[in-house]
Amino acid sequence: MISLQNIEKVYRTDTVETLALNSVSLDIAKGEFLSIMGPSGCGKSTLLNIMGLLDAPTKGHIRIDEQKTDNLNDKQMAQFRNKKLGFIFQSYHLINDLQVLDNVELPLLYRDISAKERKQLAMEALAKVGLSNRVKHFPTQLSGGQKQRVAIARAIVGRPEIILADEPTGNLDSAMGNENMDILMQLNQKDGTTIVMVTHDENMAHKTHRLVRLFDGSQVQ
Amino acid sequence: MLKNYFKIAIAVLKRRKFFTFISLFGISFTLTILLVLTAFIDKVVGDNYPDKKRDRSLYISRIAQTGKNTMSSGPPSFYFLDHYTRTLKTPVNIAISSGFNGTNTYVNNKKIAVNFKYTNAAYWEVLEYHFLEGKPFNKQQVDNADKVAVISADMKKEYFGDVSSVVGQYLEADNVKYRVIGVVKNVPITSYMLYSDIYLPYTVAKDQGYKTNKSFGGGYYGILLANSSSDLDKMHNEYEDMIKRLKPEDKMFDKVSSHADTYVKAYVDTGDDNHSGTFIVVTAISIFAVIVMLLPTLNLVNINITRIMERSSEIGVRKAFGASSTTLVYQFIVENIILTLLGGLIGIILSFIAIQTINSMNLIANLELSINFTVLFIGLLVCLVFGLLSGVYPAWRMSKLNVVNALRAQ
Repeated sequence: MISLQNIEKVYRTDTVETLALNSVSLDIAKGEFLSIMGPSGCGKSTLLNIMGLLDAPTKGHIRIDEQKTDNLNDKQMAQFRNKKLGFIFQSYHLINDLQVLDNVELPLLYRDISAKERKQLAMEALAKVGLSNRVKHFPTQLSGGQKQRVAIARAIVGRPEIILADEPTGNLDSAMGNENMDILMQLNQKDGTTIVMVTHDENMAHKTHRLVRLFDGSQVQ
Repeated sequence: MLKNYFKIAIAVLKRRKFFTFISLFGISFTLTILLVLTAFIDKVVGDNYPDKKRDRSLYISRIAQTGKNTMSSGPPSFYFLDHYTRTLKTPVNIAISSGFNGTNTYVNNKKIAVNFKYTNAAYWEVLEYHFLEGKPFNKQQVDNADKVAVISADMKKEYFGDVSSVVGQYLEADNVKYRVIGVVKNVPITSYMLYSDIYLPYTVAKDQGYKTNKSFGGGYYGILLANSSSDLDKMHNEYEDMIKRLKPEDKMFDKVSSHADTYVKAYVDTGDDNHSGTFIVVTAISIFAVIVMLLPTLNLVNINITRIMERSSEIGVRKAFGASSTTLVYQFIVENIILTLLGGLIGIILSFIAIQTINSMNLIANLELSINFTVLFIGLLVCLVFGLLSGVYPAWRMSKLNVVNALRAQ
């Protein structure tokens, strides 16, 4: 489903060159639930961002669903992300000015579908994460766990084949973290969604199909 | 999509109330100034009461004599207009009137400040004052120096009170009693060549200057009426030729200049050929309009950049979930247009209030400003330009943000 070949990422400033990823190659199968672990600053998030086409690698190639992504322009890239990928961020990144329902509808705004259908799909996604009774709330009125579930609903509303989650349980206590992890596992098992999750939590990582460890930008496991 | 943009636009406006206030204040205040200014210009230049034949009239408001180190400029004299202008062949009629002069009169021991002016009989033929009652004085009455007066509607109300008819009654001004023979609709003071409270035959003037003053300058205005608008050029040239033939009255001058111009040109005539009044006024208004519009636009661009910067996380999220740069630029422009149109709406309401206040305070005699649809349309257009100018650049800049950096900014 996702194929990374010799991915290298170098951050350059005027004086310093930092190698964030060093020749990482990885193949992720359709329907796989993969976790990426490693110490802070080892390049986990960078790798996830590159997989999600949010950042470009300095070297190497990415294929997603058999499609080369090297030469996509801004518009094609946007469409590709919209249809194929769903993101879950550690700090949720909800838009505080919008109600829960509008936040969840967001990816559908960039598709050609009616407002009625958008609402219906968003309601379905919120039902899946157990937040049907919070649609009119604003993010600031929710707990951390609830915010993360809204973020999950937003990631799945467009039914993407791949979900990329950057420490989805990192800011949550273990009970809340487990609840949200269960939601992700269900998505993977029931809907066959491919999930790549960056985590610091060994317990969470062991629940997934495969674990990849990074150290200083290189894959060690 | 638009509904969503509208929701977020309103939410953003509510979030930073002070910024919103500054933005809306900037737009609405600017628009109010522009609307009131255009309403004013529209009234002063565009209103053709009582000179409805403006399209075939030329106005003489200044005559100047210049020498090496000296210059004398002012409205021409009655003698000049009557003697020299009378020789022209193209005009079918010539209205001559003095500028308005102020004096006091008393009614029931109450002092009233009044303005009066002297006119010839042709004045009433060239100009089409609307007579609410009575009629103008004729040539016979002027020649006889009859003490008759045409007064304005305001003057009638102030001097006689709320009575139905005053024709035949007497009015005292400058210690002379005049018989009222007509009442006309008010003319605003901004039409300074035509405005007055009381109009009198020039022959009743106390100083008899029309007889004694044979010099070029002397406080009168002339309006030349042509047969048709196609004769204007011919009339203009004929006047210019006549002026060229004039010799200066004194050795210290070497040139006489005066123009018979269209209403707008004559309105702003400085009498000095080296400093065209039209040029000065047009330049001044343009510079004023540009500054008035430029400052809030720059201010808005600045505020918008700050506002959009604050939303870099939102930009990151939207990009991650499929918004292209073009879509984001579109979103921010729509938001900005909503903001400016809101400011525009407030501006239009403020303008109505300002214009009503100006009218009711009677700051400028008889001037009734009103917003017309052209002005309103210009106002809305200005708003739209504001919206685009102040929105495009920040939106374009922000849409180019790298997603990862944008998300990290929170």
